[in-house]
Amino acid sequence: MQQPGDDPLRYHASVPDAAAGPGADQDGESAACLEVRGLSLSYGDVAALRNISLTVPRHRVTAFIGPSGCGKSTLLRCFNRLNDLIDGVRVSGSIALNGMEIHSREVDVAELRRRVGMVFQRPNPFPKSVYDNVAYGLRLQRGMPKSELDDRVEWSLKSAALWDEVRNRLNESALELSGGQQQRLMIARAIAVQPDVLLLDEPASALDPISTLRIEELIHQLRTDYTIAIVTHNMQQAARVSDYTAFLHLGELVEFGNTDGMFLNPSKRQTEDYITGRYG
Amino acid sequence: MPWVWLNAGAVGLSIAAVLGLVGLIAARGLGHFWPAPVLSIVYDGGDGPVSVIGELAGVEFADPTFLAAPESDGPPVERRLVKTGNRRVNAPDFRWLDAADIVSERRPAELVVFERMEWGNAYGRLRGIHEHGVRVASGSDAQAWTSLQQRLTRADGLREELADLQASTIDSINHELEELRLERRRRALAGAAMDDLDWRERSLNEEYARVETQLVDLVRALERDTVEIEIMDGRHVRLELRGVLRAWRPNAMSAFEQVRHYAASLWAFLTQAPREANTEGGVFPAIFGTVMMVLLMSLLVTPFGVIAAVYLHEYARQGVLVRVIRIAVNNLAGVPGIVYGVFGLGFFVYLAGGAMDDLFYPETRPAPTFGTPGLIWASLTLALLTVPVVIVSAEEGLARIPRAIREGSLALGATKAETLFRIVLPVASPSILTGIILAVARAAGEVAPLMLVGVVKLAPALPVDGNPPYIHLERKFMHLGFHIYDVGFQSPNVEAARPLVYATALLLIAIIVLLNLTAIILRSRLEGRYRFSAG
Repeated sequence: MQQPGDDPLRYHASVPDAAAGPGADQDGESAACLEVRGLSLSYGDVAALRNISLTVPRHRVTAFIGPSGCGKSTLLRCFNRLNDLIDGVRVSGSIALNGMEIHSREVDVAELRRRVGMVFQRPNPFPKSVYDNVAYGLRLQRGMPKSELDDRVEWSLKSAALWDEVRNRLNESALELSGGQQQRLMIARAIAVQPDVLLLDEPASALDPISTLRIEELIHQLRTDYTIAIVTHNMQQAARVSDYTAFLHLGELVEFGNTDGMFLNPSKRQTEDYITGRYG
Repeated sequence: MPWVWLNAGAVGLSIAAVLGLVGLIAARGLGHFWPAPVLSIVYDGGDGPVSVIGELAGVEFADPTFLAAPESDGPPVERRLVKTGNRRVNAPDFRWLDAADIVSERRPAELVVFERMEWGNAYGRLRGIHEHGVRVASGSDAQAWTSLQQRLTRADGLREELADLQASTIDSINHELEELRLERRRRALAGAAMDDLDWRERSLNEEYARVETQLVDLVRALERDTVEIEIMDGRHVRLELRGVLRAWRPNAMSAFEQVRHYAASLWAFLTQAPREANTEGGVFPAIFGTVMMVLLMSLLVTPFGVIAAVYLHEYARQGVLVRVIRIAVNNLAGVPGIVYGVFGLGFFVYLAGGAMDDLFYPETRPAPTFGTPGLIWASLTLALLTVPVVIVSAEEGLARIPRAIREGSLALGATKAETLFRIVLPVASPSILTGIILAVARAAGEVAPLMLVGVVKLAPALPVDGNPPYIHLERKFMHLGFHIYDVGFQSPNVEAARPLVYATALLLIAIIVLLNLTAIILRSRLEGRYRFSAG
């Protein structure tokens, strides 16, 4: 990893003013869902995130963009504490989910992850049937009767716009589905447990254009019910699906704001260069 | 090009070696059960012609210089080994004949083979049948033969009745009497009253006496018939039918009868207990012991190995210590079996077993219950011997599971333990089964450690029977591998036992293949179910 200190283009993080930033422009509906304050993360001696502060508003789509290795996926994995699994990771700063600090001792990490669902870059279905994949998270909460389980699985698959394609294949292995179907299955699996937040880590990067389009449509539909944080490499995609965009570079938050505003009129030179494709 | 030929040659040589070995064992072992023709040979014994009756057991070409009367040199001399049987009446039961001395060789249809419970086969001509010492049939005509077969069937039925009586009633009475004796001892140790025990003992003894009269009646009925045969030197000998299992005339058999006889012999070999210091009869207790020991070993080694692998791979902090442990585990797989046997005897049998006896069976002291070699200790010793294989395979399986799948589970709110039980272990199960397959292959082939911790030449009872607690893990047991060693090298009658060595070896190979095949089928089904990538 490149040492941040060597880079002449390094800027200080721009922390959006609470008044000017997202979340203040609307009613209570879109108040802060995730509140990140002074978050830093390092792998051993290598800093991956430096003093990040931002607010992910409720029931909006927030996109995280930036060049490879800028820490956007790492930041996403902070929200459900998936980085805990990696040896030698040190985190400082705070993240609050609906006002509750997720790093506090009282937090049950499993419960946190149920409330903050995640879809990964590559579809990672379990080697089980379509049905069992969707029901997996539900079965972890013991005692749900079979009929309710069936209803929830159907509801999740419908919400993920997959039901019509798999309604007759529920007992087939999830691995038999196409890549695009698998990724929508992953979304169905994530929303089956009714999380508050949905983290999408480059969900369409391994898919063909048509499947990508379907995923984007799906994100559009899901934003009414979920707070969505999406990492993407694709500028057009960020512009199409997100309400707010955060631009990260070398572990620092460069710019964060309303997507339209940022894409039309970026306040930082660096952001403009990246968005217009001059580097990154 | 030569490199490819070298590789292909190595593979071909291995295959040829395996096929040759199995082929040899199969040919020698399976041939034993075929009803071999009985020859009537007349040869020049020096002082005139001698008549010999028996089966041809082997042919060899001997260097004449090594023979008793060495002719200076010349071509190798053909010698024939004839199994003449009739042990105890007309020793020896195997004779070497010089082919050059043989005057005539015929296969008369009337020659009869009697399979006896003791002293091996008898060969001769049927000369009469006696009932309570009174002659009821004579000669070797068809009528006498039919009568003989009927009487044999009757004797078989009576023997079966006797065995049933023994197994169902007498064994359980003996078992209860033994329990009673132990109860007495227990109460004596505790200082409790034992008046009620006398009554129970009396009733048991009465029942025993009643059964005993039945037993005596059956034995008398069994003693009714004797058969008179003329053996090869012309003498007439009487055989009690109670000791004759089967009689057949191989030279007069049709092909169909031969096949039937073959199937019956093979079936008897698989299902009957051995007789005659293991040189006759079947190997059923050894099959049972081998399979039970291997299954018990698998049951013990699987959880142990999987738990160790899960700890090493999933929970332990990867560092120097874990690496050292891993190296130690791998090296453990190379320790010779006999070392495990010594360890098993010292640690399991004497230490653990002795402690168990002191704690749970004080009334049987000083006679040991668990403090002596037995099935459970043999299984544990072999489980210890094979646990490295299971650990290594299971760890490989755990390492092959993509991180993405684990993260997918954790991201849905599963704890580490839930992920382990719902995703990781099922997906790793084919690898775990691979470990079990390797463990079974090694365990079923081990003999040396077993000799120290539980295998015996002849076990008085199977580890499973009708007396509570039905499965007796403390009992000693028989094992096919040890049986091969015992029959082949410790037997009083090596010539008679040799075909059984081949047959037993074939059986052992067949059982190992069968056990492995079961595991392999199970594994391929699991693999189909838990593949983690399509295609």
